[in-house]
Amino acid sequence: MSDVKKFMFVNRKAPYGTIYALESLEVVLITAAFDQDVSLAFLDDGVYQLKKGQQTKGIETKNFSPTYRALEDYDVEKLYVMKESLDARGLSEDDMVVPVTVLSSAEMGALMDQQDVVLSF
Amino acid sequence: MLHIVNKSPLMNSALETCLNVATGGEVLLIEDAVYAATVGSTFEPRLRDALVKFKVYVLQPDLDARGMGDKLVAGVTAVDYSGFVDLTINNNSCQSWL
Repeated sequence: MSDVKKFMFVNRKAPYGTIYALESLEVVLITAAFDQDVSLAFLDDGVYQLKKGQQTKGIETKNFSPTYRALEDYDVEKLYVMKESLDARGLSEDDMVVPVTVLSSAEMGALMDQQDVVLSF
Repeated sequence: MLHIVNKSPLMNSALETCLNVATGGEVLLIEDAVYAATVGSTFEPRLRDALVKFKVYVLQPDLDARGMGDKLVAGVTAVDYSGFVDLTINNNSCQSWL
């Protein structure tokens, strides 16, 4: 298809404290349904969205972290996490709930330049 | 005085200002502020400094929701919702640093 565009979703907020992380995920799934080239980027507190071991029963909120594992079923397989953001939070690639590609801030910036559409959450 | 903070320390200055301005007492970290009390964060040294001046609590359900239950900084006390209520009762006043 010639009208495929490169979409990047930039996630910079922690889950649960605000609705942004969940809303981003909803829009990602919609975009994937239109057979677009979808990438997800996780920067700053956004990296917390992918933290393993989330248990939300106590706050009576849906734990949406398993949904990141379902993304590959929608052919969304490009998940990029910024190294500086992991480091600042004492996290590593092993803490992530799904396989991700870890990028430096310079690499992340270059990847953003390649996109047709960037949506921020 | 009970100081309640609900914002992530790396994205918002609420906790930093609270720790700088408040003269002492108890600090309860809830919602995204619980990340301040996790091991390995760049905020950890700042929090450890604060433990000298404040008694610091985190809300356990918020820590668990974020998958951080095993990363709590030593010296910080986890409380449940009834512990939250007790803190508000046992202090003469509360300040929420929104």
